[in-house]
Amino acid sequence: MSQPDIAQLKKLCSQVRRDAVRMVYNCQSGHPGAALGCTEYMVALYFHILKHDPAFNMDGKGEDLFFLSNGHLSALWYSCLARAGYFEIKELSTFRNINSRLQGHPATHEHLPGVRVASGSLGQGLSVAIGAALSKKLNHDNRLVYVLMGDGEQQEGQIWEAAMFAAHHKVDNLVATIDYNGQQIDGPVDEVMSLKNLKAKWQAFGWEVLESDGNNLEEVIAVMDKAKSITGKGKPVLNLMRTVMGFGVDFMMGHHKWHGVAPNKEEFEKAMAQLPETIGDF
Amino acid sequence: MIKFTPTDKKDTRSGFGSGLHELGKQNPDVVALCADLTGSLKMDAFKKDFPDRFYQTGIAEANMMGIAAGLTIGGKIPFTGTFANFSTGRVYDQIRQSIAYSEKNVKICASHAGLTLGEDGATHQILEDIGMMKMLPGMTVIVPCDYQQTKQATIALGSHKGPAYLRFGRPVWPIFTEGRKFEIGKIDTMIEGSDVSIFACGHLVWLAIEAEAILAEKGIRAEIVNLHTIKPLDAQGVLNSVGKTGCVVTCEEHQINGGMGDSIAQLLSRELPTPLEMVAVNDTFGESGKPTDLLKKYGLSADAIVTAAEKAVKRKKGS
Repeated sequence: MSQPDIAQLKKLCSQVRRDAVRMVYNCQSGHPGAALGCTEYMVALYFHILKHDPAFNMDGKGEDLFFLSNGHLSALWYSCLARAGYFEIKELSTFRNINSRLQGHPATHEHLPGVRVASGSLGQGLSVAIGAALSKKLNHDNRLVYVLMGDGEQQEGQIWEAAMFAAHHKVDNLVATIDYNGQQIDGPVDEVMSLKNLKAKWQAFGWEVLESDGNNLEEVIAVMDKAKSITGKGKPVLNLMRTVMGFGVDFMMGHHKWHGVAPNKEEFEKAMAQLPETIGDF
Repeated sequence: MIKFTPTDKKDTRSGFGSGLHELGKQNPDVVALCADLTGSLKMDAFKKDFPDRFYQTGIAEANMMGIAAGLTIGGKIPFTGTFANFSTGRVYDQIRQSIAYSEKNVKICASHAGLTLGEDGATHQILEDIGMMKMLPGMTVIVPCDYQQTKQATIALGSHKGPAYLRFGRPVWPIFTEGRKFEIGKIDTMIEGSDVSIFACGHLVWLAIEAEAILAEKGIRAEIVNLHTIKPLDAQGVLNSVGKTGCVVTCEEHQINGGMGDSIAQLLSRELPTPLEMVAVNDTFGESGKPTDLLKKYGLSADAIVTAAEKAVKRKKGS
């Protein structure tokens, strides 16, 4: 594997965060919190970890596939897809507007390159990723399937149906990640509906569980490399990734208030001042 | 005299099992998933001969629908199998988002639909599934009438593109479509007539054929149309028949709200307003009992179709 260009990836992180906040600000709707928290993960995936082709083919044979189960991170995903070459960067300005391919939550209906299934209604992405991983096995395609879920999303029953299935059927070409930021719409996850020992739960379901700091770029890359190295050994792999909601914008950090609220003009300018423009705004 | 002589009697679910097995032989991309009802869905033959393409999901239907959606990525053609209740109502949001809205080529195959599930009772007797599924944009909805047609429909779905719902049932039922052509989206006129168009789907097609014989004795010439594809509706086929007869009866093992009759009524009210009577379950849940007793109790019988046809004809003459 090629060595990551950490300096370049860090520049991308700053630009992608800027993109996500501007997209939400422009349409005055969307979800900045978790998008900022998962930026290192998504940038690392699209600019270092995945073998993927921005020419985009739905079947993705011979490519690694990524599924976003917590679809409200759409602003982050769209920014990474655009900057990776899936579509023009200027299209980011259409986010959540009428007649746009950049729907509020990701969809295939408008044929946005990079998206393979709709998500937004939570709890469904892991199942879809398992299906895609089974399809790869049937096709003797040894690339991997990646999926990102939220921690609040772990409250959905379907997640545990899928967790049971993947271990039982030895879906070992799958790397799932949980954005473990401890926040959900109504408050801290521990207050809304505690997940208790999430690591022990996934281990008990038969998964190989890794833990990481999702806002440390080098650590994200290292844990994903590690995850990749333990695929193909009979167990699905989970990366329990601690993140800080709103990471990179001080007043958004660590508070559930920023799950699904757009910044006002003053807040937007304050955020922009903290996120240097590194590659060029859309 | 009844114009069709059954060649045999079998359950429609066995037609699905047989068709799926046939598809397994024909197309290596066909895969099957089942949520702990392999025997009930008659999927054993597929499972035995194609174990690498069969996925047992356990009692986890939501996950099964998501996995099916994912399997299409890479070109697989998944057929899911469970009871109709668990194939639709239980997993509506999974179907809506991961399959229908995402335009995935998943075939949702549903057995034990309607009252004829029998003794298990109303918890399992779904009578709302046609409505739920036909409301989803892009979803094809097929309700075949006997073993033979269920087998044909299953095989046809193997080369059909896009999400589809195939609804069949549990009871042993006459087989009377041997040698007939099946085409998704095209009505099959079983008996031509001039006085009333009787549109039926599923188990009710046979009852409509029985009703035709009784009506003929009374001097009413009924046209019996097997309306196996509820969506996309063969609008021209329906209008041609109704244009000829001038009144309509719809027959289905489903709620009166949202079913096949509802689709016909909607079409006719826009294109060709016509007296119409509906033979369907009238806004109530079912109960335990023998399938034939239940059909009779809830007004789904040849006699009920005859009464509805006489009423429709009377309304036509009165206008």
